[in-house]
Amino acid sequence: MIRLKDVEMEYDNGTRAIQGVTLTIEDGEFVFLVGPSGSGKSTIIKLLTGEVEPCAGRIMINGFSVSNISGKQIPLMRRTLGVIFQDFRLIEKKTVYDNLAFVMRAVGARPKEIQKRIPYVLELVDLAEKADRYPTELSGGEQQRVAIARALVNNPNTIIADEPTGNLDPDRSLELMNLLVKINELGTTVVVVTHEKDLVDRFGKRVITIDSGHVINDSVGGYVGGRIHG
Amino acid sequence: MGKHNFGYFFHEGLSNMFSHGFMSFAAIGITVACLLIMGTFTLVAVNANELLVDLEQENEILAYVDDTYSDTAAKALQSDLEAIPNVASATYISKEQATADFSAEFPEEAMFQDLDPEIFEDRYAIKIVDLEKMSETCRAVEQVTGISEINAHEEIAGGFITIRNVATVVCVALIAILFVVSVFIISNTIKLTTFDRRDEIAIMRMVGATNGFIRWPFVYEGFMLGLLSAVIAFFLQWGLYAAVAQGVDNNDTMQLIRILPFQQLWPAVAGIFAAAGILIGVGGSLSAIRKFLQV
Repeated sequence: MIRLKDVEMEYDNGTRAIQGVTLTIEDGEFVFLVGPSGSGKSTIIKLLTGEVEPCAGRIMINGFSVSNISGKQIPLMRRTLGVIFQDFRLIEKKTVYDNLAFVMRAVGARPKEIQKRIPYVLELVDLAEKADRYPTELSGGEQQRVAIARALVNNPNTIIADEPTGNLDPDRSLELMNLLVKINELGTTVVVVTHEKDLVDRFGKRVITIDSGHVINDSVGGYVGGRIHG
Repeated sequence: MGKHNFGYFFHEGLSNMFSHGFMSFAAIGITVACLLIMGTFTLVAVNANELLVDLEQENEILAYVDDTYSDTAAKALQSDLEAIPNVASATYISKEQATADFSAEFPEEAMFQDLDPEIFEDRYAIKIVDLEKMSETCRAVEQVTGISEINAHEEIAGGFITIRNVATVVCVALIAILFVVSVFIISNTIKLTTFDRRDEIAIMRMVGATNGFIRWPFVYEGFMLGLLSAVIAFFLQWGLYAAVAQGVDNNDTMQLIRILPFQQLWPAVAGIFAAAGILIGVGGSLSAIRKFLQV
């Protein structure tokens, strides 16, 4: 479960990115986090992943209190999350298999677990045949599916996707979103940050709209709010 | 650290080393050069020190007994001389013994045979403990009632002490400077590696890798760079030392200088090189990776 209570975040340059945000995302939910550029979406992602600390308020993620987490607990908290980036962030000199294996090794998985888990996850994202390929040999959609597989491979409670369709054409975007819905149906909480109104409207899921650091709407259905600048 | 992680860290460290071949080569080259310079100065200091010890053992002060003293009175001075601090021993040599020793020293010179003992004086051959205190010991010997004059090679002793002290100071200063330079270069080499792998490190951090897990491959890389440098430097040092020792041996004007055999020194050289190499490598790695682990 993710819970933010009266969270404030101000950067060193004086920008007040988040102002009094309170929201709760229950286990197993699928949530779109939407808003225009500079609305504070990215800051919320950084707060959730422990990259920045809030100036005020409380943040709880999957049992960890991020607002006063110790340095040693941050890696443990991050193991409950799988993060997907717009630019995929795959390691080009490693094969698809090795891109997944190295994140499993990073959390101390044993070789046997790695050999067992990776084929299963690649099957889930329909990339079982491409395990030995390098990222540069794959299409954008396939690369993003590798990124999803990497986010899933350590079996996290929550997937956070930051503009996952930003570099994909509409067909691939829809395909990817369907994959995230499928993952959600298997029990994983999914938070998708996006500004693609059509996609959000198509799925009819819970939508939290952020603007100027405030939550201006939290409802099920579609995109609320007039300004969408990407 | 599990057994499988040890293998993984070792493999990652090794592959980092080869994937940045030129920088690794540069780092090894600089570290080898630093170790060689450090080693050479240390060996010079060790040999100078050894020569000084020899000189301390061989160098003696000759203290001549007043002509007016009888044989018995002259012998009685021994306890006074041996009571002086820094005097290891005082051996009485009568004028007859001194005459015989002198004649024996030049057996082929007819004019030095059958000399009258009266042209010699009774004397003490005094050995000292610490050559650096030779001057003050000479002054103290001169103060003993019954000693008329002394003969000591204070300048030679002073020269050796200066060489040893200069070699020690230069050695310590060079070791300190070269150590810092080596750490800096290894650190920058590994910084390039970490910069090249910053995405990988960011992903590792994002999926919950601990700082230790991220750090270990870089520590191994530094360890291997340092150890490899130490091994290369050791064999080069061996060759260099053997060549210099051979040169000194073959040079007639340097017969007084005794060079310690490398067989006697190699365990210490190997140990110090390995320790310094590893320290430089691991220290450089840790300083390079530190800023990547701060968030």
